Amino acid sequence: MIEAEFLASLIAASMRAGTPLLFATLGEIVAERSGVLNLGLEGVMVSGAMTGFYVSLVTGNPWLGVLAGGIAGLLLALIHAFFTVTLKVDQAVTGLMLVLLGLGLTGFLGRDLVGQVATYIQPVNILFLSSLPYGNAIFNHDPVVYVGILLVPLLWFLMNKTRYGMELFAVGENPEAADTMGIPVDRVRFLAVLIGGFLAGIGGAHLSLAYAKVWTDGLTAGRGWICLALVIFSGWMPQRAIFGAYLFGGLDVLSFKLQAVGLGVSYHFMRMIPYIFTILVLLFSVIREREKFGAPSALGKPYIREQKF
Amino acid sequence: MGVELTSNLDSGNKTGNNKTESKKILEMRGITKIFPGVIANDGVDLEVNVGEIHGLLGENGAGKTTLMSILYGLYRPDGGEIIFDREKVEFHSPGDAIRAGIGMVHQHFMLVSKMTALNNILLGYRTPKDPLMDYEWARKRIEKLSKTYGIEVDFDEQIINMSVGEQQRVEILKALFRDVKLLILDEPTSVLTPIETERLFKALRRMSEEGLTVIFITHKLREALEVTDRITVLRRGKNVGTLITKDTNERDLARLMVGREVEMIIEKKRKESKEGKAVLRIEAVHARNDRGLPALKGINLIVKQGEILGLAGVSGNGQKELEEVIVGTRKIEKGRLIFNGEDITDYGVARRVALGISCIPEDRIETGMAPSLTVEENLILRDYVKFTKNGFMDFEVIEKHAEKLIDEFGIRTPSPKVAARTLSGGNIQRLIIARELSRNPLLLVASQPTRGLDVAGIEYVRKRLISFAEEGKAVLLISEDLEEIMQLSDRIVVIYEGEIRGVFEREEADLEKIGILMSGGALEN
Ligand SMILES: Nc1ncnc2c1ncn2[C@@H]1O[C@H](COP(=O)(O)OP(=O)(O)O)[C@@H](O)[C@H]1O
Ligand SMILES: [Mg+2]
Repeated sequence: MIEAEFLASLIAASMRAGTPLLFATLGEIVAERSGVLNLGLEGVMVSGAMTGFYVSLVTGNPWLGVLAGGIAGLLLALIHAFFTVTLKVDQAVTGLMLVLLGLGLTGFLGRDLVGQVATYIQPVNILFLSSLPYGNAIFNHDPVVYVGILLVPLLWFLMNKTRYGMELFAVGENPEAADTMGIPVDRVRFLAVLIGGFLAGIGGAHLSLAYAKVWTDGLTAGRGWICLALVIFSGWMPQRAIFGAYLFGGLDVLSFKLQAVGLGVSYHFMRMIPYIFTILVLLFSVIREREKFGAPSALGKPYIREQKF
Repeated sequence: MGVELTSNLDSGNKTGNNKTESKKILEMRGITKIFPGVIANDGVDLEVNVGEIHGLLGENGAGKTTLMSILYGLYRPDGGEIIFDREKVEFHSPGDAIRAGIGMVHQHFMLVSKMTALNNILLGYRTPKDPLMDYEWARKRIEKLSKTYGIEVDFDEQIINMSVGEQQRVEILKALFRDVKLLILDEPTSVLTPIETERLFKALRRMSEEGLTVIFITHKLREALEVTDRITVLRRGKNVGTLITKDTNERDLARLMVGREVEMIIEKKRKESKEGKAVLRIEAVHARNDRGLPALKGINLIVKQGEILGLAGVSGNGQKELEEVIVGTRKIEKGRLIFNGEDITDYGVARRVALGISCIPEDRIETGMAPSLTVEENLILRDYVKFTKNGFMDFEVIEKHAEKLIDEFGIRTPSPKVAARTLSGGNIQRLIIARELSRNPLLLVASQPTRGLDVAGIEYVRKRLISFAEEGKAVLLISEDLEEIMQLSDRIVVIYEGEIRGVFEREEADLEKIGILMSGGALEN
């Protein structure tokens, strides 16, 4: 039964590896739904990862670490929101700046954290469920994984069934229309960007405190970029994001496992798999989005009230 | 706010029409608004009485939309004050105006096209179950409004699938849903068919009977005379007079609006010989629309030298696709295009342009111009290669060229160097016509060329088209305005669902026959 065991451990690892992606993707969906693209996701995630690691190391409490990771993400998002929403600066430029800022700052501030061992988030067994077949794969994770899973229906509900969701959607689709109905466009966008940053920061903290269990320079290794692709893959819908995130988590893990099995393929090649897949997803979505409802119509466009067109 | 609606409607019923009391609901005093390079409103006073339908008449660019956007809290005025419902008000955002009881249906609809009608109506509104969406409650309320005013919409349909007429009804319901006391409609009829316009007027009269006040913006004299109680005329940002509708007439209004006498009817003289050479031959052309559905199903047409061929039809029956097929931006699936004896079916846009095809596109802002480029740059978009020196743009020549055209075509702009988007709709149209005609083409495809223009603008565009055809060139006139088609065309064809349904010489064409064909009916003979 080597196959079954292999499969079970792959599922479990996919969920764990996919959780940072899930958080960041969900957060970016919220931000993009409001019309603000945060290309700086990589920088936001890595800041969350380092801050979370540091706080857990110092306090010995990984939960404070997760919270601190979220707050670090929030602070970076605050910069993004201030520039793009308040000052109406180009979103792509500000986003790229965040990537450099996040990677640079964490590389510098995190020098002494390399090689340290912090307190990590421990898995919990959910009652007897983990004794079911495959139960150990699905019901033996750390709480952040479950929070991520619960976040999906919660966001789905908020976005599709409440006034907040309608307003978010309207602001990202047609900010002028939203404005004429008395919806404060800039406030909604500001808030959405902050939520996005907070969630991405938590994703980063989960990466360093539960999945990688280590801090290294540039720990996120392009995950922020993958999440940007996952947002497109999920068609800006939270319920689809979870599949994308776990799938990519799985690919990430698979590239390790196959190595361990010893396929005789270069390590570097295996590490390319998630990124190659990202390119495929982007290609696929470009073809698909033509006919389907895709990106928020006002994505990337600042809204200035008295400006025509 | 929510609970008040029913009582509001009822009390409206009881108090009925307040016209005779003529209490003021709105006073705007000395409103001034300056945009870079233009004074859009120059000390405008406006008084509106409770329960009246007040017309706001003016040419394009007169400042009507600006004035109402200020009232609605969308623009901040540079001077002046507003008294609404006996209180001095200062609106910082549309939300403030909505809360005060003002609703506005904008010229360009403010709808979220991927949402349903119901969600659009509810946008930003707090239902009793807030923050949940109480659709049951909303439906009942809207149904009641629908009945009261005779405005029906399909709640669950997405805006993107709706006709413009239906979209407008959603806009109106959106405003009524919020218990407005004053409803502003910005050029509501410019997108409507005659029947829809009649329905709208009926609804407006109902509103006035219910005690609601309506400001109806238009540049169409006849409509202002038909539906309003009083009319305020704006000219170049100034109020040039408020008149009682029943004491005035079309001529006086036109003079006031334009500032001079205008010709109300322009007709093309009949072309002398019927047998002009064919400039464009469309042979059994098939094409699909953006959604991949068949839009043109075997179109055969000939446009001859010296004639205006009018293509009549309700919009959405393949006109836009035909325009694009001729210009070269849409693929022909089957069939051929022969231009001046040459098969151009597989030619790209640039090659067709070079051969002498010009176009006034239906969507002027999207396809007719580059909004953020300057006026002079827009004027050379088609032939920019000719305006280079050693591979660089020769801005001296470009500016001279622009100044000549601005003068010749009467484009009103502060300078050739301002962004084209700051021009008013009528002047954007003049700019496009100037560019397209100054190239001296053989064929002009003119799609809805006077839509949304004011009297002077319409007069101007029609005269231009006629003189162009009289020079021996060919015009394909695509228009929803039957009157325009009848006045200008030498021959008239009717398009319905991507097929040509009838061809008439002008003398044998009559409005009734064309109307039947346009709506898919058949003529018995
Ligand atoms: N947001 C804006 N920015 C710059 N200029 C504007 C803007 N809105 C209107 N204008 C200018 O103000 C003038 C009045 O425009 P508008 O109020 O739209 O006229 P109308 O509605 O009567 O056609 C025009 O010259 C127009 O170009
Ligand atoms: Mg206007």
